[in-house]
Amino acid sequence: MRLTLHQRQVLWAYIFLAIPVLFFVVIRWYPTLLAFNISFRDWNVFEASGPWVGLEHYRQIGEELFKPRSAVRAAFWNTIRYVVYGVPSQLVLGLAIALMMNHIRRFVTLYRVAYFAPYVTSAVAVAFVWNWLYQPQTGLINQVLSALGLPNQPFTKSPQQALQSITAVAVWQNLGFAVIIFLAGLQQIPEMYYEAARIDGATPWQLFRHITLPLLNPVIVYLTVLGTISYLRMFALVQNMSPQGTGGPLKSTTTVVLEVYREGFSSYNMGFAAALTVILFLLILLITIVQLRFLSQRVEY
Amino acid sequence: MLHRRLWMVLAVLLTAALVLAACPAPAAPGGQEAAPEAQEAAPAQETAPEEEAPAAEEEVIEIEYWQYNFEARVKAMDKLIEMFQAENPNIRVIHNADIPYAEFRDKIAASVPAGVGPDVVTLFYGWQVAWIDAGYLVPLPEDEFPIRMVEEQFSPMVRASIWDGKLWTLPTAVRTLALFYNKDLMAQAGLDPESPPRTLDELREMAVQCTQRDDQGNFLVQGFVVEPAAQDHHWFREVLVRQFGGQPYSDDYRQVMYNSDAGKEAWRYLVSFRTELETGDKDLFDGSTNAFLAGKVCFHVDGSFRLGTIANKAPDLNFGVAELPEYNGIKSTFGSYWTHGITKKAAADPKRMEAAVKFLKFITSPEAGALWVREVGELPAQIEAGSDPELLADPKLGAFARGLEYAHATFFVDESKQRQVLIDAFDNVVLAEMDPDEALEIAAEEEQAVLDEFWGDR
Repeated sequence: MRLTLHQRQVLWAYIFLAIPVLFFVVIRWYPTLLAFNISFRDWNVFEASGPWVGLEHYRQIGEELFKPRSAVRAAFWNTIRYVVYGVPSQLVLGLAIALMMNHIRRFVTLYRVAYFAPYVTSAVAVAFVWNWLYQPQTGLINQVLSALGLPNQPFTKSPQQALQSITAVAVWQNLGFAVIIFLAGLQQIPEMYYEAARIDGATPWQLFRHITLPLLNPVIVYLTVLGTISYLRMFALVQNMSPQGTGGPLKSTTTVVLEVYREGFSSYNMGFAAALTVILFLLILLITIVQLRFLSQRVEY
Repeated sequence: MLHRRLWMVLAVLLTAALVLAACPAPAAPGGQEAAPEAQEAAPAQETAPEEEAPAAEEEVIEIEYWQYNFEARVKAMDKLIEMFQAENPNIRVIHNADIPYAEFRDKIAASVPAGVGPDVVTLFYGWQVAWIDAGYLVPLPEDEFPIRMVEEQFSPMVRASIWDGKLWTLPTAVRTLALFYNKDLMAQAGLDPESPPRTLDELREMAVQCTQRDDQGNFLVQGFVVEPAAQDHHWFREVLVRQFGGQPYSDDYRQVMYNSDAGKEAWRYLVSFRTELETGDKDLFDGSTNAFLAGKVCFHVDGSFRLGTIANKAPDLNFGVAELPEYNGIKSTFGSYWTHGITKKAAADPKRMEAAVKFLKFITSPEAGALWVREVGELPAQIEAGSDPELLADPKLGAFARGLEYAHATFFVDESKQRQVLIDAFDNVVLAEMDPDEALEIAAEEEQAVLDEFWGDR
């Protein structure tokens, strides 16, 4: 069979595309799906395979959710709190900064780099620097507080402040990404809508409320979905900012992913850890679908 | 449109999951299939005919040895391997010590399904049960390592390696806890730097005397810092509870008993440093150990392994080491050790097993222990080498060596969880203002649940 030039080009394109697909299937999807299988087994890594226990791990997780002081229960609650605190802060701050940056004409690149740098910095490095900043007594923030005559704060050392302190770092780290995406969104809005509205006597608030915000909807949905997913998967910052990486003090910062890691790699309850992973996966899927369904609205002028 | 596609993805994923769930568990490479037999194969080694040995001389057997990366230990082991290979030219030991501590267990866990990994492995004694339980370690052959020999020749704490009537691992060296004291800070506080606290009451008094704060109440010098996540959870369990007349666990370590009246008294003694005496705060200066290294702490409970750290990171620190303070005339210390076991990978092949046994015998000999003290600063596991007068007279190591005869090693089923309950108990008192007795009761209840879960299947 003779192929036309176009057909051959398409064929080659498929061949090249097949390589990353193969990589994803073998290295990412297959192990991901195996997690489903492991979650139905009592497997401790050292054995070739573990006995089938059906839904036992899911039943245990269900039980844990109702136990006071349970790490699993704390993990689910905290994960939800990270999302509830983190995502809106990131959106509001990101939009505010993007709006400001949209108005400046000088040093634009410098500002973009400054806001984007944390996003491309390793979470571990970020965690270390912030650990130092947060240090009681000797940390920079507490030194400043002392100099201003304000009381020192324990930040990550206190169960009341730890989660918020870590969320603040996550927001700071992800802010650059939100700003860049918002900026791109803002620049997509044609200037003539604003001009037309101004001629009709619209106030700046009305411009924002009725033009900017609706036309940014796709960007907001995109950032909400991605942000939610990233906060549901909180791990590296908590692992590196809580005492001994335990999600403490008093389980106040632990997350579902951290419990997956601790159950899997420190207690070797791989089945239980896999079951937690599956639940997290379904939770992420569900929340994403709901968000896409209810947040998306097509606005056209 | 968008959500219809999502539903399709969901449907495909769920179908795939169901198909997979029906499949057998992740298939392991051939080597691992031997897993169930490995345990039985090990005792079979006892009867392996000796005549096979000369034949083996022609071919070189390679065995793999793994430990985590700790420079002094790596160097010492390199020397031992060199000596061993000179004696046994037909055995080659591949030394893998590239893995950092934090990843060691992950890497071991990952190596198993891959069918690679060590034949002889060094693990923390607190992990033994989990590894044995998982079928990863095989019992040491009784004829080569009789339990009686271990009971007679090794420090009593090594009995934590005997489980289910069998010996599973054996260490080269052990560690104990002792009291580190900063001589300069003691002198500064008007204390005699040559007479560190000998009793728990003296420790309280001197810690208070040694503590210094600035005008704003910030610590300049901390007298004594309690940090359960470091060594203080051990100090509480195996030392304080016993000294106040209690017992941390039942003799078989299946029942938590530190929530007795004596245990509660010991607990209140421990937390009082933070709550009443306010001699220090673990959250300052990056934890109690770093604070001691930085010369900000007068008294510090720590292990013999810390001598190496100090020599490395704070060579100018003017400090001494004394035995842990006694109370009610009772001396106690916590002992722990990194211990060597033979894996099912070695047991799967009689020749490797034989080589592994030889290697293990060599690295647990008194000579190896003596070399280890010189190179690493850890105490020999063999009593004979441990009671060497020169060692006992050593100004730093002596205090640890004297602890060998009264050291207790906790039999952990899940060390990190069992440690966590005491960290949480301490935080509950300090951060959540819970009554100390109540916090300890909760800890006991939670730790008992961990123990019950483990023993429940047996």
